[in-house]
Amino acid sequence: MMPEELTELAHKEQTDAQQWQHQIHVCTATGCLSAQSDQVYTALTREVRDRGMDKTCRVKGVGCLGLCSAGPLVQVNPAGTLYQHVQVDDVPELVQSLKHSPVERLVCSTDIPFFQQQVKIVLANAGNIDPERIEEYLAVDGYQGLLQAVTEMTPSEVISEVIHSGLRGRGGAGYPTGLKWTTVAKADSHQKYVICNADEGDPGAFMDRNILESDPHCIIEGMAIAGYAVGATQGYIYVRSEYPLAIKRLRNALRRAERLGVIGNNIFESAFRFQIDVRLGAGAFVCGEETALIASIEGRRGNPRPRPPYPAEAGLWGQPTLINNVETLANIPAILRNGGGWFATIGSSQSTGTKVFALTGKVNHGGLIEVPMGMSLRSIVFDIGGGIPNELAFKAMQTGGPSGGCIPETHLDMPTEYETLNQIGSIMGSGGIIIMDETSSMVDVARFYMEFCQDESCGKCVPCRVGTAQLATLLTKIAEGMATPEDLILLEELCDVVKHTSLCGLGQSAPNPVLSTLRFFRHEYLAHIRQ
Amino acid sequence: MKTDIARIPPPSDDKRWRIIDTTMRRYGYDSHCLIETLHSVQEAFGSLDDQAMHYISATLGVPLSQIYGVATFYHLFTLKPREAHHTCVICVGTSCHIKGGATILSAIEKTFRVKAGQTTADGTLYLQTARCLGSCGLAPVVVLNEETLSKANQNNVIQRIQEIIRHDA
Repeated sequence: MMPEELTELAHKEQTDAQQWQHQIHVCTATGCLSAQSDQVYTALTREVRDRGMDKTCRVKGVGCLGLCSAGPLVQVNPAGTLYQHVQVDDVPELVQSLKHSPVERLVCSTDIPFFQQQVKIVLANAGNIDPERIEEYLAVDGYQGLLQAVTEMTPSEVISEVIHSGLRGRGGAGYPTGLKWTTVAKADSHQKYVICNADEGDPGAFMDRNILESDPHCIIEGMAIAGYAVGATQGYIYVRSEYPLAIKRLRNALRRAERLGVIGNNIFESAFRFQIDVRLGAGAFVCGEETALIASIEGRRGNPRPRPPYPAEAGLWGQPTLINNVETLANIPAILRNGGGWFATIGSSQSTGTKVFALTGKVNHGGLIEVPMGMSLRSIVFDIGGGIPNELAFKAMQTGGPSGGCIPETHLDMPTEYETLNQIGSIMGSGGIIIMDETSSMVDVARFYMEFCQDESCGKCVPCRVGTAQLATLLTKIAEGMATPEDLILLEELCDVVKHTSLCGLGQSAPNPVLSTLRFFRHEYLAHIRQ
Repeated sequence: MKTDIARIPPPSDDKRWRIIDTTMRRYGYDSHCLIETLHSVQEAFGSLDDQAMHYISATLGVPLSQIYGVATFYHLFTLKPREAHHTCVICVGTSCHIKGGATILSAIEKTFRVKAGQTTADGTLYLQTARCLGSCGLAPVVVLNEETLSKANQNNVIQRIQEIIRHDA
């Protein structure tokens, strides 16, 4: 693949796209598909053909349009009209309206903060391009970042660009990405690996899945750039097997990328070669932990091991391995295209760029959102989320899933940054946000997460295996009103033990939901005990 | 590719073994492809029985104990086939939990006298829970056979199950 061919293909696709008077985008990501958007897609295609409009109007399946709670979503371009809750019966009217004014009863206003206050880098292509066609990705400057890296930059220049951007790991812990790349790049070995962690297991989180379903090529490009920077020739994408559509689109994208020659041998006529394989999980939450994930790729039980050595020094098959989360890698192409300096201007000084969140629970506008770091939590709930339905009062916002905590109203004015969230006993996490209203019981939420951790504990270390089970028993006792004040003391002591003595992140963070609800909603625990 | 292990023939003439062989061959019969191979078996046969595990053990040169360890570690793999006419999966992820998934689950357990992870006595319904189906925007979510019921409530789920069972009779 010559660099000129890439530009030519992109140009051709851009020209082709202009011939359409109308482009109807139907969301075909898992959220809308479970509301039968595939039937809407088929009906639209048929209707357009039957009316003989298939020369001027194109119906296209796209990735996530964002507002999942209003699915199935359909967008008519170039007008940009967004339709919500579209059913098959609405299709004739919708197609008919292309020549006149929009179908008012189905229109979803895009003037609301949900759409206006988002800043899209990672999700820039989601909902705009057909994830199954590489040409569409090329038309939006796809693989230009890789081209630039491979043909114009040295690996260390690529890394300094990433360092300059201030990008931090989006898997939850927020480790500086550039620093991780540097460690792997410095490691002395003839074989290195790049792994994309797509084992998104937090219940209530679906950011990574939607990125893979909506824009799989940006992950491939991000991985190839990472491979070039650290000196790896082989990459693995470890995906949950619970994500069949993401796997299908990813495999399809890999085949297309290989055929085009943007991955493989002699990329852009250079000496750089890079292969990517997909590896499937098999339903184990703990495999999101990096050492467990490596064990799983090696075909073994997903048991974590003590660190150090970190995977950056001794990872997959003992070789230096770079492990990055899906969203982290999805930021890389844009950083290469626009420069690290550009990225650093978005967000706040310590947490740069944007963060993708899956906003769900008791909130009016639920779905997939991308906001600049530093936005206040209140804006996320009340502006973007549109507040709490049924005129109920806000109670708490849960971030970070089973490793995170619950944030009460008094702390909502804090900015969304790694450090501030840690201060109040929660974590940024991978990006699941669940909003709870006054009817939700916080003891029940704590118990829910503890039962999850108990079930998902791999059983290797005692504090996690036994501790989570005992904590779950205590929480059940409290929830059922059978507990004594001594049980509450025991609960806190045990949380401390599990937090400080567990082997891996799963156990170390399992007490977080309990500790944070105890911190902010202690009265609810006491109320259960007094009964 | 390993060449020192003598290939043993598949346990039966069943054509599905070819799919399993293809998977192992694609990875050069390397022990690292154990999980991929188990995925193939599970997909083709519905479960991992002793026969399959013995065959994989001999072909990949992985101890049977290790295969059993892996097969029982991961939730997705099952050693026994699930025999039921219909499957009902209730999402019990956080969003669905907050929005009443647990209520739907207990209502179904009561109505059809079945516990999660079990099949009804007459073998018509297999009830299962899922950690998170990722359709949180449409919570609570229930998957009945191939059909997804979004923003579900106990009444419409129970009614739909009864319709499906009645349709069989």
